[in-house]
Parts: sequence; C-alpha cells; structure tokens
Amino acid sequence: MTAAPFPVGQRDYSLVGPDSRRAVEIGLASAEWYHSDVPRAVMKDLMKRTDGPAIRDTVLWFALLIGGAWGGIYFWGTWACVPFLLVYSVIYGSSCDSRWHECGHGTAFRTPWMNDVIYQIASFMVMRNPVTWRWSHARHHTDTYIVGRDAEIAWMRPPKTLTNFLALFDVIGATRSLFILARNATGRLTPDEKDFVPESEWGKLVLAARIHMAIYAATVAVALATWSWLPLMLVGLPRIYGSWHMVMCGHLQHAGLAENVLDHRLNTRTVYMNPISRYIYWNMNYHIEHHMFPMVPYHALPRLHEVIKADLPPPNLSILDGYREVFASLRRQKTDPEYFFRKTLPPSAKPYREEFHTLNIARSGT
Amino acid sequence: MPQWIRACATDDINPEDLIRFDHDGDTYAIYHAPDGRFYATAGRCTHEDVHLCDGLVMGHLIECPKHNGQFDYRTGEAKRSPVCINLKTFPVKVEAGEVFIGLN
Ligand code: FES
Repeated sequence: MTAAPFPVGQRDYSLVGPDSRRAVEIGLASAEWYHSDVPRAVMKDLMKRTDGPAIRDTVLWFALLIGGAWGGIYFWGTWACVPFLLVYSVIYGSSCDSRWHECGHGTAFRTPWMNDVIYQIASFMVMRNPVTWRWSHARHHTDTYIVGRDAEIAWMRPPKTLTNFLALFDVIGATRSLFILARNATGRLTPDEKDFVPESEWGKLVLAARIHMAIYAATVAVALATWSWLPLMLVGLPRIYGSWHMVMCGHLQHAGLAENVLDHRLNTRTVYMNPISRYIYWNMNYHIEHHMFPMVPYHALPRLHEVIKADLPPPNLSILDGYREVFASLRRQKTDPEYFFRKTLPPSAKPYREEFHTLNIARSGT
Repeated sequence: MPQWIRACATDDINPEDLIRFDHDGDTYAIYHAPDGRFYATAGRCTHEDVHLCDGLVMGHLIECPKHNGQFDYRTGEAKRSPVCINLKTFPVKVEAGEVFIGLN
C-alpha cells in the first residue's frame, strides 16, 4: 500500500499551476534521485558509445520502411498491399518514438550528426516538434511523474480509461500533435511550452513546425492531385494506423505507479519483451534502468539490467503481465486517485526513498 | 594571480575520465584528457544542479549524466542542448605527479 504524498484532492497537471509551485516549494522539483550503486569502471563501460549497433538497426529500419512503402505502392488497390503497409506503418508510426527518444538523448550513435539526422526524421514521423520535445523530455527526466512539473504524464489521475484506450489507435494524440504543430507554425506557443523551452529556442521551434506542416501540405496536395489516399497512407496516417505498438509499450512505462516520488523504482516499470518488440522499442522496456542512467545507450540496457537487477523490483515478465498490473492499478485509481501499485523489493535491494510519501503538506486551495 | 590548490595525484584519474574535487564549499571537476593533459571546470552542470563527475568523457567533451548535455571541458563551451550556458573553467598545472587547480 500506498501512503499518499499529498492529501486527496484534484491534481493540477499544468506546468504553471498550484501543484507546480508546491513541487518547487517542498523540494520535489529538480531534486536528487535515487541511483543504484554501479562501480565507476562498470558504468564507464556501459556508457561507452559506438555506432555499430545503431547503424545495423537503422539499415534494417530503412530497409523495412522502403520495402514496406514499395509493396504498399506496388500492390495498392489489392489485398496484397495490406501486409506491406502493416509493416511500414509500425516502423513509421511506432518505432519512430524510440528512434526519436534515443537519438534525442544522443546515445544511440557515437557520431553526433547521425543522432541528429535520425532525430529529425523520427520527430517528423512521430509528429513532434523536435525543439519542444527535446526540452519537454529533459523535464521528464528531471521531474519524472512529478505533478505540475512533468509535461509527459500520460495517465493523469483519476484515469480516463476510454480516452486512453482510444489512444491505442492514437487518433486523439496524432490529431492533437498536428494541431500543436499548426499552432506553432503560426508562431504561437502555450504558457507550458514557454515554461520549459528557453526563449533562445523559440525561433527554431517555429521553423521546425513550419517545415513539418509544409511537408503535410505537400502530401495532401499530391493526394488531391492524384485523387488517391496512397500519399496519406505513406505520410502522416501511419502515425495513426501504425502507432499501436508505440502506445502499447508507452503505457507500460509509468501507468498505475507512483507520482511525486524521487525513486524511479517506484514510478517506472521494467518489462521483459519479445525480441521484435525490443527492436521496435529499442530496449526501452528496460525503463527503470534508462531513467536511472540515461547515459547508457539502448544496446547496453540489457547488460545494465543484469548489473542492477538485485536492487530493483522484479520486472514484469511479459507485456501481458505488465498490463494486468496496469489495469488493476488504474481500476483502483478511478475511485481512489491516491492509490498506486507499490512493488515489493527483493531483500538484496536498498529500501525505497519514500520520504515524500509521508509528507502531509496541504494542497493550496484544498 | 591564482592561488594554486592541490586537487589530486595524476594517477587518481584514469585517462579520458574525470573526478570530483570539493574545496572551500565549492565543487570542481578535474579531467584527464586522452592526450595526457589535465583540465578543470566547475563541478556542476549549467543546465541544472547536477554533478558532472558521474558523466562521460569522450575525447575533449564531458557529457552530463542527467540530460546528456555536452561541454568542451578545455574551454567550457556548451556543445549540445539542453545546455546553453558555458561552463566555468580553471587553470591547471601539474608538478611532480600532482594536479593543482588555480582559484582566485
Ligand atoms: S543537468 Fe546537465 S544537461 Fe541537464
């Protein structure tokens, strides 16, 4: 169980509201987080950068994209195009997220320009402004699941199951992303965006949005000119019909776990997955490990897992096992938003850092 | 004229690595570059209050352990976002196997 970090009350997930101010006041913002002990020599070896694994994976990535697009175009209008477009759409609409993520951290390749090129391509595919999201993700790492600080909290409490179920096909998320890009392209930023993106980057943010929107406009123009859905099936729509794997893995990262803690073992989930999902997801199923040590490249995460697993809660054994836990926890949170699933640590682990669970600081306005 | 403070022995830092050095309430990072030279900077990242000593030295870059921002530790120049503000650097001299950092 589950002493709550704050008394029961409505949460304000915006980055400029009372929860944000309170997180700063009580020391939850930009705080020092728990880390498992790893000898420096071992960590240096794990952090080591190399281009090899990411080049191999990226050659395969482009081969799948090009092959899938070729089959989709060649067999368009027949059922034979379906398997090609299914592969293409998952590579486009799901693996874009992990490529965006790893190259955004700059850890996938050793060579900086390779990270930058794939980051830009993947940002376009995943419909994220490459400037905004670089900064929002930095905040996600600083203040993971701190209410009012983290812009990437996917399951806000109390959870809206239907909305998030619909997100499996990401119609809502993709549409919202497109509107955000369109708004940014007109030069407008929200107060949240202004909060975490430094002013010096605003010009780049607007430029990136304009480039993305120009490509979408060109795609629509080609679709209209050829009076065919095909251009949209290849650019833009895969973000909807191929995003199911991204959403499936993404929800496992933090859903149903703690908010407002400074120990990733309490708010993040590691899930064992099959090799295909691990390829699409670039090993982000080792998510506690990634949050504790973001310097470790995706290809070294399985090794890091072996090094620190005695200090971590037991991982979920499969995607299904992870979802059993997620849904049980979300069901409880619908009636008790303070609930979260707290895993038992093995005897070899250091105890959780949970001083904030016992804090009883009144929410302003409650 | 800087005041020279002994920070460590040369073999306290592996090549292409760094250590943390605390002095008078402040924290510094001392680097052993792959070419054998030694350098010193402020010990905390300019993006957030994070110690650089857990970061990764690659050539003449130090990568911050929190968000992978990078600095050239010879000049302190911010090289990769999210760091935008340069890192303060300090003069270093090596004498008889000891590394000294020059502080004002
Ligand atoms: S704290 Fe160093 S890059 Fe963010």
